[in-house]
Amino acid sequence: MKIHIPTPLRQYAGKKDTIEVQAGSVGDALFALTTIYPDLRRHLYTDEGKLRAFVNVYLNDEDIRYLLKESTPVNENDSLSIVPSIAGGSCACCCACRMNA
Amino acid sequence: MASIIQAASLSNDEVLRYSRHLIMPEVGMEGQLKLKAAKVLCIGAGGLGSPLALYLAAAGVGTLGVVDFDVVDYTNLQRQVIHTTADVGRKKLDSAAETVKAINPFVQLRPFETRLTSENALDIFRDFDLIVDGTDNFPTRYLVNDACVLTGKPNVYGSIFRFEGQVSVFATKDGPCYRCLYPEPPPPGLVPSCAEGGVLGILPGLVGVMQATEAIKLILGKGEPLIGRLLLVDALGMRFRELKLRKNPDCPACGQHPTVTRLIDYNEFCGIRGEEKPVASNVPEIQPEELKAKLDAGEDIFILDVREPHEYQICNLHGYLIPLGELPQRAHELDSSREIVAHCRSGVRSAKAVTFLQQAGFRKVKNLAGGILAWSDKVDPSVPKY
Repeated sequence: MKIHIPTPLRQYAGKKDTIEVQAGSVGDALFALTTIYPDLRRHLYTDEGKLRAFVNVYLNDEDIRYLLKESTPVNENDSLSIVPSIAGGSCACCCACRMNA
Repeated sequence: MASIIQAASLSNDEVLRYSRHLIMPEVGMEGQLKLKAAKVLCIGAGGLGSPLALYLAAAGVGTLGVVDFDVVDYTNLQRQVIHTTADVGRKKLDSAAETVKAINPFVQLRPFETRLTSENALDIFRDFDLIVDGTDNFPTRYLVNDACVLTGKPNVYGSIFRFEGQVSVFATKDGPCYRCLYPEPPPPGLVPSCAEGGVLGILPGLVGVMQATEAIKLILGKGEPLIGRLLLVDALGMRFRELKLRKNPDCPACGQHPTVTRLIDYNEFCGIRGEEKPVASNVPEIQPEELKAKLDAGEDIFILDVREPHEYQICNLHGYLIPLGELPQRAHELDSSREIVAHCRSGVRSAKAVTFLQQAGFRKVKNLAGGILAWSDKVDPSVPKY
């Protein structure tokens, strides 16, 4: 199945905009993704292993929070979209000052 | 949104001006009168605000409020098309007001030369029918959302990053709000900003006009607005995808039992401590003039450039390039017995590099204060700033 990688995270996923993985559930697919690209892990998951609240995951066009979350089953024709919050613009907030390497 | 009451009439000049609207059944006289009576507040006269204000003015929105406290900068001109080269140094509000008036003198522009804050947002929003969010930071996005929910005004949302955008309509009575989608902001530093990541100049144009489109549809009561729908734009692939947004019954702002009953400190909410210094104060620094003096005296200084390759091509100090992200794997290429001066664009990334190298055992490493920008200012103005 395909996973769409949003622009802010492509630098941690080998600059790719989509990744193909084999998985039976949303959780498995994300696990496969972060195994191939371990740098993605801290952007998607907290230290406690929970999906970060400002990152939304969609199975096709449905938010997984309203499905079975990470247990939602997937098949090979499905696609996952990772949709983080973006705000564009100035250094007022999430600025290079605090950007981790 | 409360129904827009139609304006009484259009003058002959207005009829001629808006003829292409009037002859469309979807707008017609009825629709144009609604546009004339409408009051739309644009937060920001920058990248998103520019096309927004231009097109809403052209369309004949009767009252346009614009909130902006910034001044036109040369680097804005690549995308903030409401401002021209002659406007550099002027207040964005003055520049925008002039352009709006030139396009359509029938539009009443109400300027708000202020930062939108928890203290003023509710009062400012009160006089308008809908709000269009063209801001560039997370705290203001949450502020706008909450103020829209509290005042019952729709929030036409648009946001951009590099070549990707998002558009939706939040805070309608039965639709979701921004917090339904993003209950929590990202911690500072985890999502890069435009100044750091760059932005394709056309992108706010594309997204801003989509916001203007949604605003007009809401005013006219025509078409299908992006309520409960998140439109994702990938300008590079020219792909548009749509995701479903649901109203979260537990949403703290617009849910069944809201806990957001007043506006809060949004900087605190987003984890930003206003007084915090951007660079750790114990990072050893060297001023550009000092570095210049040492180099002129023939001292053996190793200049480490931690920017990205495409930045090196813009300008460089002939330093040895190891992008910050690669430093952990490539630190072995550096000789810790030499005096190393690390630099980046503004001194922030290189400060991190210095800290990292110190932790790796390097004792003779310093940060070039202010980066290559400061070098251009204080030592060699022929080095371009970017």
